Amino acid sequence: MSLYDIFDSLERGPIGEAIRTSHWLFPVIEAFHLIGLVVLGGAVLVVDLRLLGLGLTKQTIARVTNAAKPVLYCGIAMMFATGIPLALSEMIKLYYNRSFWVKVTALAVVLIFTFTVKHPLIRRENTNRLVLFLIGLISMTLWFTVAGSGRWIGFSS
Amino acid sequence: MRWFAEWLDSHAWSTALHESLHMYPIVESTHVLSLMVFVGTLFMVDFRLMGIAFRNMPVSELTSRILPWTTLGFVVIVSTGLMLFYAIPVRTYHSIWFRFKVVLIVAAGINAWLFHRRMKKKPVIWNDDPVPPLHVRASAAVSVLVWSCVIICGRMIAYNWFDCDKQQPAWVQFLAGCVPEDLIH
Repeated sequence: MSLYDIFDSLERGPIGEAIRTSHWLFPVIEAFHLIGLVVLGGAVLVVDLRLLGLGLTKQTIARVTNAAKPVLYCGIAMMFATGIPLALSEMIKLYYNRSFWVKVTALAVVLIFTFTVKHPLIRRENTNRLVLFLIGLISMTLWFTVAGSGRWIGFSS
Repeated sequence: MRWFAEWLDSHAWSTALHESLHMYPIVESTHVLSLMVFVGTLFMVDFRLMGIAFRNMPVSELTSRILPWTTLGFVVIVSTGLMLFYAIPVRTYHSIWFRFKVVLIVAAGINAWLFHRRMKKKPVIWNDDPVPPLHVRASAAVSVLVWSCVIICGRMIAYNWFDCDKQQPAWVQFLAGCVPEDLIH
């Protein structure tokens, strides 16, 4: 079974079918996807700005990161809860869409980076400041790539 | 107002932007990315004021250190928003979603203005409180709710369900300000 076949059968599933046959489901889920983007983006920005030496500089990096974590998880959950149904409704279009592949790749990279590099290095108390700065820069760049290429799915083909 | 939209529509640059292969998507994407910065940072301050996040940090620190980024995002989102309107002025002017959105933005502005006015008048004794007083939480919750509705309306502008060039019920024609010449018979 090829990747295309998997995408094809996912698109034919009940969720994809329900969204495709509805006039308003896709736009409504899409709008909530944007609200999730805002929650997720806010949580990411507060931490990444702090890593760059901006924003909440009176607080330690670990403190800002921990405070933002519940919001970050909430944002990620909102994005998956809305993003997966949106994708299921147009899997074949996405299969041929370059922006989609850029997005999911950047998303996978940034999630792995966040949980295996960013958060552990922030927890360690003696991490070099330049390293922390670079982590903030990489994280922000990757998340902006995810958001930008996500928007571009609707423009490219 | 309609004449103004038509006047913008008559500009060669308006058509050029609308039909541009790259510029229109770039402006649209910048609008969405600045939405993330503008409303994203605003929501973090609102969540603090609601007492649901960043509870161990002084309110004043979030307002003084995070709100400047909100302002930066606001400048970009308004600039790109005006460009998007400029690209498709007449249809957007008659869009009920766009009209709702403008009303909601004004409502969010009034809510923020009332909040700041009250903050200035009374000394803020709850700066370090994990959960601020009810009127503060209510004001922040209104902000989150109204801006969420702004996002929903903004996204819906792209869909043509209620456009004037289709048969519409009287209430839609009224809200959209449809004029007879737009209707395709």
